[in-house]
Amino acid sequence: MTKFMLLMNMDGGNCDTPMLEWDKADMDAHMKYLGDHVERLRQSGELVEVNALSWPKHAKVVRSTGVSAPVLTDGPYAESKEILAGYTMVDVESEERALEIAAEQSAAPGPGGVPLEQPIEVRRLMESDGDLHDF
Amino acid sequence: MAISTTSDHADGPGHELEDLLRELTPQVLGAVVRWSGDFAAAEDAVQEALLAAATTWPRDGRPDSPKSWLIQTASRRLIDEVRQQQARRRREERAALREVPLGEVEEHDDTLRLLFLCCHPALTPASAIALTLRAVGGLTTAEIATAYLVPEATMAQRISRAKSKLKGASFELDTDPDRLRNVLHVLYLIFNEGYTSTSGPELHRSDLSSEAIRLTRAVRAQLPDDGQVTGLLALMLLTDARRAARTGKTGELIPLAEQDRSLWDRDQITEGVALAVEAFETPPLGEYQIQAAIAALHDEVDRAEDTDWPQILGLYGLLEDLSGNPMVKLNRAIAAAMVDGPDAGLKLLEPLDEELAGHYRLDATRGHLYEMRGDNETAAEHFRAAARGTTSLPERDYLMTKAASLS
Repeated sequence: MTKFMLLMNMDGGNCDTPMLEWDKADMDAHMKYLGDHVERLRQSGELVEVNALSWPKHAKVVRSTGVSAPVLTDGPYAESKEILAGYTMVDVESEERALEIAAEQSAAPGPGGVPLEQPIEVRRLMESDGDLHDF
Repeated sequence: MAISTTSDHADGPGHELEDLLRELTPQVLGAVVRWSGDFAAAEDAVQEALLAAATTWPRDGRPDSPKSWLIQTASRRLIDEVRQQQARRRREERAALREVPLGEVEEHDDTLRLLFLCCHPALTPASAIALTLRAVGGLTTAEIATAYLVPEATMAQRISRAKSKLKGASFELDTDPDRLRNVLHVLYLIFNEGYTSTSGPELHRSDLSSEAIRLTRAVRAQLPDDGQVTGLLALMLLTDARRAARTGKTGELIPLAEQDRSLWDRDQITEGVALAVEAFETPPLGEYQIQAAIAALHDEVDRAEDTDWPQILGLYGLLEDLSGNPMVKLNRAIAAAMVDGPDAGLKLLEPLDEELAGHYRLDATRGHLYEMRGDNETAAEHFRAAARGTTSLPERDYLMTKAASLS
């Protein structure tokens, strides 16, 4: 089994309307889709962790030399589309399976039930195991 | 109960009872599954019987035959359960009417049947591993989850799905060699998961190796004449014997040639070598027997420079013929380099560019062979490429350090 992190940015895919302005029915359908998806991952024994991150207004960036007082700035200043919105960690048989899960997430419905095609970044975790064989 | 109690031996009456229950669990579960034909229900019933034993035996004394007591208690619970369901579903009637096994139980060991069932080919390796550790190894779901670094709920779900997948599967011992091979493969994976873990927060994972050794010993007790089984046990013991020397203080990996051999477990090597010899003389020759023989040749010598590389080279040749695994070809190339010099090894690697295109182990091996050749610049390049290719943190650190030391 291999662990993958599925990263979702605040990029709305093919939908330009901010989520806060969606109809309630569209919002409900979107939430139900993602909720059901997570539940299926839970049932299949593949879900490790799922979390949404709070809005960028609560974010801070820290820089430090390790000696003088750290410098705090509000941020991040990246374009809002590039800001991390949440992540799902799964433990799966193969990379193909991780990609399949990401595709399901990406197809979550937006306004009018149109799949959002949200970009999902799939990252493999480094393993803490290691072996050098017989060198 | 911590996983580490597997290797501890009775240091108190509590531990003694715990050890006994642990040893009996797969036998009892096996008997109840065989009788009832329902894995999931049998497991619940056995858990209740174990709980009853843990509370009543210290108070009322241990029954004459603890195994029979547990089987009967579990069977009764199961019947109670079935009767309750019966009120709802009449079709369960027949099951409840079956007789409870009484008196002395048959002496043939149900542990092996249970292990074969848990390593059923219908299950993915991950499911088979989880179920084996739970049902045969007697580890708690929380312990297995900790060992595999996933939440307990995730592991519980995997185990329960595996159990329901086995509903209706035959509990008869299938002596098909493919089935045995599957069982041994699952045990090998459990062993490796423990062995390749490095120190740090995952320290407890190494207990998986002890657990795999314990289970393989149980298989060997039932199939003492099978060379593959003996070979696998030998391989595990000989590999595990080096465990204390394979990582440094901060968990960094130490290659075989640089390990402090005084840290190797001598008793385990003695036992492993004897088993490796026995396994090698028991045909048909399979991969585990040959790998055990190679491990024995490494473990037998006190200094890396005394290693019998010509014999290891021959054994890798044998292994390559048998498995065709490209990873074996890598190892053979290293052995060839040790016998005939780095150019011989590099030549053997050439055909692997296609088979193992871009695999970091190919780069790492080239790194070592160019280093042997004295071409540090090319070696460092290969080590850097390997460091970029691996998905293992300790391996990456080793490869980066190696590259840095050569440039």
